[in-house]
Amino acid sequence: MEEEKTPSPIQKNLSVKSLFLTFFKIGIITFGGGYAMISNLREELVENKKWIEDEELIQIIAIAESTPGPIAINAATFIGYKKGGFFGALLSTLGVVLPSLILLYLISLFFDQFMQFQIIQYAFVGIKVAVSILIFRAGYSMLKKMKKTWFHCLLFSLVFLLMIIFDIFSIDFSSIFYILASALLGFIVFSLKAGGKKQ
Amino acid sequence: MIYLLLFLEFFKIGLFTFGGGYAMIPLVKETVLQHQWLEETELYDLIGVCESTPGPIAINMATFIGATNGGFFGSIVATFGVVLPSFLIIFILAKFLSHFLENRHVKSALEGIRPTIISLILTTGLLMIRDLIDIRFSPNFQFDFTSLLLFLLLIFILHLYKKETKKDLKALPFILISAILGIFVCSLSL
Repeated sequence: MEEEKTPSPIQKNLSVKSLFLTFFKIGIITFGGGYAMISNLREELVENKKWIEDEELIQIIAIAESTPGPIAINAATFIGYKKGGFFGALLSTLGVVLPSLILLYLISLFFDQFMQFQIIQYAFVGIKVAVSILIFRAGYSMLKKMKKTWFHCLLFSLVFLLMIIFDIFSIDFSSIFYILASALLGFIVFSLKAGGKKQ
Repeated sequence: MIYLLLFLEFFKIGLFTFGGGYAMIPLVKETVLQHQWLEETELYDLIGVCESTPGPIAINMATFIGATNGGFFGSIVATFGVVLPSFLIIFILAKFLSHFLENRHVKSALEGIRPTIISLILTTGLLMIRDLIDIRFSPNFQFDFTSLLLFLLLIFILHLYKKETKKDLKALPFILISAILGIFVCSLSL
């Protein structure tokens, strides 16, 4: 792979070492990923390091949200590439992944012994309920922000109903099919009806 | 071969996760149960651990599931698998196709995905709550009292926090509170 360097006014070329260390730090301090990651990215990259401006961060979030994968990885790869070419992207991504990899590997070694303690088992009875609530809450707050056109509401309800029905009858149906089918539906409804009425 | 399987399954999860950590949970659940890499209840424990440790949930889960099913090398291939689609896609976008996402047809497809993702996340959360409280109507009406009590207490705390501070309680303190409540409620009810 060749490293491409195209300097532009806002673009600085940074050393891969500083990219790696910065993203390693972001990987350590971010709990929960996703939106927690965005506020940490902003603090580190916009306020402390001044590598990017708010405008660019918003652009990066938009790209991260419309491409698959964790936002942290998307942001690290994108900023790493912009600031240090291919190796910048590689080292930034490695930096943000490494803390999780090390920590969760260590946890996995002791997890079973850890779970033997009665008090830990009790704690996890509570944690399980909390986790389910957090997942529901994440979906619910996204639902509140969703555009409420007939297309969005119909598709949301349809997936909801199908999932409940498939669950009741214990039918396995991969969520990948829902995603692919709805991408196709989006294409048909929004693109093929070009110039159609928008709400 | 377990390494190849871990890599491919997590590559698939990385490829189809749009919209951050929670969006991957429905797919991880399906995959893990299908291959019997974890039991359903172990999966919930794991999500709890991944929420309360630093780093993206996706990476944490890949590392853990990889490690428990394929040792050290397993954790590396699973994590590599889940990261690779993002890395490749973003790299290609940044290098060659900076206007790809501006394309009208791409935007249409992404707009179509949005309500589905939201529905997948919300319904998964709902079904998980239902599984934990374990409501059954036949042969007799019954449910798991401890989980129901914890559910009501936790919802009350979330509601109270929001009312007082106008902000959502963050995941980490919420999980810590739930752990303490879990210990408290389970100790009392036995």
